[in-house]
Amino acid sequence: MDTLPPGAWLPITFAVLMAVAMLLYAVLDGFDLGVGILLRGTDDEAMRDRMVASIGPFWDANETWLVLGVGLLLVAFPAAHGVILTALYIPVALMLMGLILRGVAFEFRAKAPVTQKPRWDVVFQGGSILAAFSQGWMLGSYILGFAEGWLAFGFAMLTGIFTVSAYALIGACWLVWRGEGPLQLLAATWARRALYISWAGVLAVSAATPIASPRIFERWFSMPDTLALAPIPLATGALFLLLHIFLRRFPRADNSLDWVPFAATAAIFVLCFQGLAYSFWPYVVPEKLTIFQAASAPESLVIILVGALAVLPMIGLYTFFIWRIFGGKAKELRYY
Amino acid sequence: MDPILLARIQFAANISFHILFPTITIALGWVLLFLKLRFDKTGDAAWMDAYKFWVKVFALTFALGVVSGVTMSFQFGTNWPGFMERVGNVAGPLLAYEVLTAFFLEASFLAVMLFGYGRVPNRIHTLATLLVAGGTSMSAFWIIVLNSWMHTPTGYEIREGVVHATDWMAIIFNPSMPYRLAHMMLASGLTVAFLMAGLSSWRWLRGDHSPGVVRALKTGVVLGAILIPIQMFAGDAHGLNTLKHQPQKIAAMEGIWETERGPGLVLFAIPDAATRTNNYEIKIPYLGSLILTHSLDGEVKGINEFGNDHPPVAPVFFAFRIMVGVGVLMLLVSWWGAWTLRKRGITPTLARVLVGMTFSGWVATLAGWYVTEIGRQPWLVTGILRTGEAAGPVAATTILGSLIMYLALYAALLLAYILTLMHLARRPTAPEPEKLGGQGSTKPLPAE
Repeated sequence: MDTLPPGAWLPITFAVLMAVAMLLYAVLDGFDLGVGILLRGTDDEAMRDRMVASIGPFWDANETWLVLGVGLLLVAFPAAHGVILTALYIPVALMLMGLILRGVAFEFRAKAPVTQKPRWDVVFQGGSILAAFSQGWMLGSYILGFAEGWLAFGFAMLTGIFTVSAYALIGACWLVWRGEGPLQLLAATWARRALYISWAGVLAVSAATPIASPRIFERWFSMPDTLALAPIPLATGALFLLLHIFLRRFPRADNSLDWVPFAATAAIFVLCFQGLAYSFWPYVVPEKLTIFQAASAPESLVIILVGALAVLPMIGLYTFFIWRIFGGKAKELRYY
Repeated sequence: MDPILLARIQFAANISFHILFPTITIALGWVLLFLKLRFDKTGDAAWMDAYKFWVKVFALTFALGVVSGVTMSFQFGTNWPGFMERVGNVAGPLLAYEVLTAFFLEASFLAVMLFGYGRVPNRIHTLATLLVAGGTSMSAFWIIVLNSWMHTPTGYEIREGVVHATDWMAIIFNPSMPYRLAHMMLASGLTVAFLMAGLSSWRWLRGDHSPGVVRALKTGVVLGAILIPIQMFAGDAHGLNTLKHQPQKIAAMEGIWETERGPGLVLFAIPDAATRTNNYEIKIPYLGSLILTHSLDGEVKGINEFGNDHPPVAPVFFAFRIMVGVGVLMLLVSWWGAWTLRKRGITPTLARVLVGMTFSGWVATLAGWYVTEIGRQPWLVTGILRTGEAAGPVAATTILGSLIMYLALYAALLLAYILTLMHLARRPTAPEPEKLGGQGSTKPLPAE
């Protein structure tokens, strides 16, 4: 590693904060997008209502992590923000359309006339898939350093599909955790299908990243770093195996371990994210712009940091409080 | 096609669509708190009935505001990268504070407000309502601070072409912020007042005379009657402030081309940019001067004073007249309405007039924002950054594609929103079909 420029702690702190926000987003909005992706896997309207009810109290706050993540990119690395978002113009526009459709369908399906409900369910699922797919597209495009051409496009499409499946996986695991009876059983089946596609996805991205960049190849495959890094892929593999075994064993007599698949999937998300972060460090635009080159003025970053340090614990506290209130198996959501 | 023009149209469409929803939620949060507090104090179920109906409207509106707001935060980057690159050191922290202090708060406690009644103690539910209302207002505060700073920047210096913050208090409390904030909050209050009065009247006309509906109708009318004179006062003060800091905007609003002492008030005209004159002008002598400078022979600068650095006159001129016109209508309707309610109660005529005014707040707010935003052109940040300089390198066809997509989506969503509001209003207040057991109960259900 090269020596760090003076004052490097600020950009590093913000890169970490941004990465954590993005990771929290992927896990949290991942599960509610996943529930949306799976929504029309059943024709049973009561079951669909229960699926939506399970994410009802959470999706709004979950989505806020995306706003924070992009917000931090915007404020901490303004130079990178413009480059990244203009390069990703089309998937960003599609993602926004997906998020809009998904977010409003959630409200409309509960409030519009009953006859329109199936139509809003289609919108809900379509929006969730579109948002997830576009995020995967962005990830794929980012990994290849915004390379152009059919090969890069094809890869981005592939990561799009894998992201849909990864969200479906964590969404299904959420339903295993928060669902009961037939819904839980169905969710376990969905989870297993999504598991194998996601597995293939992790392998494909892990293979493509070092091939696309000699620098990343160097970073992962030079001794002794390879040995030090080995726990990441090994642990990921172990978690996939655990999920493969565990998901066959539903329904269980006792609900006390229902959270395990969700936690295991979240852990896989963390490990993959960790791998990507390690690959790209210290770049914010791959191979072009480092976090130090793209950072805002220190005095502005300090102002945000003060606010963030004061407020983030409070956010953590009341998020915990909300999760307590709406904990346990999903109940019917009534507006009173 | 000019990509900058397309990017502008797209952003204008986005911001116009977005503003419709916070305009409602900012004040509706406080109105809900009012309804809830009245219920807590009196135990009168009518207050809770009104709360139950309007919290649904809040949820629906909030969802639309969130998703269109997320869109805007991305469009800073996709369409206007130059904005953050040049003024990011000021805009960034303000936006970050909005997310940190407002977004998480409102998004988290909204769940308790919507679904928590019965799961949490009543007091926590009231507290959640307070926190959501506070969150939406906090969000409005930060955004208006940023917007005002873009109009009247202070507390910064430019180093190597990039803005650096030097005095955060001066940035936050920039000269136009208090006026803009007051004007917007009051606009939100008025929008909600007429929405409540209008939608409740519609329910009343359809035969739902339940106390909750009547209560909401009266709340709307009284709120409107109280707020409109305050708004006119605030608007006047805002105008004086604008005259001081952005005289070219005032000149465009008033349709004054040549600098003059004691200008009249142009009631109507068709401003012609080519000849730089007004056609078909109807004018009241001295009144313009009286309103703008509070004296009969004050000097008001004309548009010609600013060379080519002035906003397009016609849209600002007309938008201003629409805003003021709707405001006057609001004054007449709400005062007449309050008087009628007092003398004779709800009458079919009153109800019909109020139905007609349901979305008047939207019209006035949009017109007002057009005055203020078109009025600052050609600057994006006054004296620092021109709008054209902030645009990104995206191809025109790409923007055209996304523009068409957004426009179609927004039109469909707006239609769905209004139809759903009407559908909600069509449902009878009581007995509620979705309420299982505990019918008409005013006590919270035992925690499950």
